[in-house]
Amino acid sequence: MAHAVQHPPSDTSLADPPVQLLDPSGKLSADVRLPLDMATVDLPALYRDMVLARRLDTEAIALQRQGELGLWPSLRGQEAAQVGAAHALRGQDMVFPTYREHGVAWCRGLDPVSLLGLFRGTTLGGWDPYEHHFNLYTLVIGAQTLHAVGYAMGLYRDGSTASGEPDRDTAVLAFLGDGALSEGETNEAFIWAAAQNLPVVFFCQNNQWAISAPYSVQSQIPAARRAAGYGFPGIRVDGNDVLACLAATRQALDQARSGGGPTLIEAVTYRVNAHTTADDASRYRPAEETEDWTARDPLERLRTHLQAVGAVTDEYFTDLEQRERDLAERLRSGCRGLAEPDASSPFEHTYAQMPADLRQQLREHMEFVSRGPQDGERK
Amino acid sequence: MTSPQQFLLPDVGEGLTEAEILAWSVRPGDTVEVNQILVEVETAKAAVELPSPYAGVVSTLHADVGELLAVGKPLITIDTDPSGEVAVGGRARQPDPQQAALLVGYGPQESGTGRRRRRPAHAPHRVEGDGPNRAAARTAAKPPVRKLAKDLGVDLATVAPTGPGNTITREDVHEAARRAAPQTTSAPTTSQASETRIPIRGVRRHTAAAMVASAFTAPHVTEFITVDVTATMRLRELVAGRREFRELRVTPLLFFARSFLIALAKNPEANASWDEFAQEIVLKHYVNLGVAAATDRGLVVPNIKGADRMSLHELAQALAALTTTARAGRTSPQDMTGGTVTLTNVGVFGVDTGTPILNPGEAAILAVGAVRRMPWVVQGDNGDERIEPRWVAQLALSFDHRLMDGRQGSELLADTAEILREPGLAML
Repeated sequence: MAHAVQHPPSDTSLADPPVQLLDPSGKLSADVRLPLDMATVDLPALYRDMVLARRLDTEAIALQRQGELGLWPSLRGQEAAQVGAAHALRGQDMVFPTYREHGVAWCRGLDPVSLLGLFRGTTLGGWDPYEHHFNLYTLVIGAQTLHAVGYAMGLYRDGSTASGEPDRDTAVLAFLGDGALSEGETNEAFIWAAAQNLPVVFFCQNNQWAISAPYSVQSQIPAARRAAGYGFPGIRVDGNDVLACLAATRQALDQARSGGGPTLIEAVTYRVNAHTTADDASRYRPAEETEDWTARDPLERLRTHLQAVGAVTDEYFTDLEQRERDLAERLRSGCRGLAEPDASSPFEHTYAQMPADLRQQLREHMEFVSRGPQDGERK
Repeated sequence: MTSPQQFLLPDVGEGLTEAEILAWSVRPGDTVEVNQILVEVETAKAAVELPSPYAGVVSTLHADVGELLAVGKPLITIDTDPSGEVAVGGRARQPDPQQAALLVGYGPQESGTGRRRRRPAHAPHRVEGDGPNRAAARTAAKPPVRKLAKDLGVDLATVAPTGPGNTITREDVHEAARRAAPQTTSAPTTSQASETRIPIRGVRRHTAAAMVASAFTAPHVTEFITVDVTATMRLRELVAGRREFRELRVTPLLFFARSFLIALAKNPEANASWDEFAQEIVLKHYVNLGVAAATDRGLVVPNIKGADRMSLHELAQALAALTTTARAGRTSPQDMTGGTVTLTNVGVFGVDTGTPILNPGEAAILAVGAVRRMPWVVQGDNGDERIEPRWVAQLALSFDHRLMDGRQGSELLADTAEILREPGLAML
């Protein structure tokens, strides 16, 4: 008897097996589509960054549950995709993240405490985008793809691609999720990037769920196949395999820097936690699916591989645990120590020179603030 | 000095105002680590676990399980320096300068006093000193009079004294008790309230909304049948004695469920839903059998997915798992969605039957009553009639008259009863 399926099948049922270099049992294999010179790969550093990215995430969730953050979008399950992609970057490359790229931010060298400000409500940004070549988090779904394309247009006009000078040639790495693929901005960005052959790589973490909408209700085909329609290559990799993510991003960034144009990378992964701390995933997706993906943990397979090939010592793991504890403590104290913004700050960054009517509004606002909370108002 | 830190209920979901305490993971006296799970709370958005912002020893839990707590109210007090001396005088400490920077929700806060006594869960707010004691201090009464007042549920603070030196006498207490409860002076109560107001929330609220939605959307029809289930009870004994069923509880409900599923296969129009928006009747080609379960938290109706494709053994396992999970309060929202038809066993409460209300979105619900020894007219092989004690049960089927007419409903009910009367018919 036919049995109606209540939840649409996961993306993996849409065929096109993703390219994989490190399988879930920790076994390494080669793939002609994705060559990777292992001599150029720092396995212990990849594992370290994945572990610390997860710890950053875990600690931020705890801080949210303790009332220190208003919201936190968890990256759990997507560490390999983010760390793999980030390790392919050169210093001059520019990153345009969504709001979930905490692992990329970590690898770019951002102070992790600065990631918390936006979610604590102490800042509208949190860091200088140029300092680590990592743009501010973008909350509007898909909007960052256009920012990335615009930046890539600038690079092209500055002659910062295809010069043949390794320190000069620059690429843009734009992150997006599967939900962003259905946004108009993303499609405009793809069209523009293709039409002008721009130095931009679109890295789509297909984590299967756009909040409560599964990928299968957004597309009949894997995301990577869409690239052909715009006129640039698309590649589908196992997003829980840090090496496949690293190799694909390296290849695509190299191509972009040398004038070869854009690439769409689809990293097939899974958002293990709810969309954000304000969401309850059990209302729309089966627990079995989450358990199934949790069993394909990206950290576990690299750890298994590291131990199997004897790439690290026990001391490496002990040291890493200590670094985790230090990071957690730094996040806890750093979060509580984030400076409260002055009530005038929203007014001060809109114009280079404040117009008279805005000055008037500022005066009224400051007067209102100085009166303090009135009876019946929440502090 | 001890260092009690108060953790105030945070807003864990962008603009929530309250949360219900589901379960505490710690008790007063427990040592906790930073980020150790303290409590599970349920908000309008989700059930979430709250980790401890402090390492220390739990002094006080400020809310009971089931209590609805407002965001910003004290949740727990943790002493971060338990080896220190008890703070003298219970004076408020200086506010923590970090507190000023706490912009979101409420979260941790240094507690005002070193009190360790548990606040009664229903106390609306704290007052300086202890309310009842302070009131008692203003009244003078001899210990036996105080005892009498306590027994009669009279608050001495409300009694007008007539005794020497403004003391309260026995007569004063009796008079106050008579005024408080004029009709029932003989029945001592522990409360002066003649009614109790229970906030509607949680499962109760959900059940109420679902029942109102169902009762006023679907035109219900209920039909009844009384059936001799002696043969089924004999089969139950036979099955219960088999090795593969030894670990399972082979209940009459299992056979009611199985018979209902077999009858549903013959009458698939009952396994359907009404799609008002599309103006379509949706026939389901699978059966997710809901089973109503009474739990401490109220009525829940988890369903067994794909029940129609299960063997009797698989069905027994699924029923056992479903009830265990429901009783433990661990039924997930996913277990409760997607049901197609429901079974409710009112027989466990010793009643014969009822008129069940449809689970919203479903077309049929079967209520099964208690299986009793009853006199029954039995026909002998030679056609003679005699009265015998037999196992008899009543079934009631409610169905949605928009989808089904009397004929379909009657056939489904009669077919279910027929299999229970003669389980061998299931072989057909």
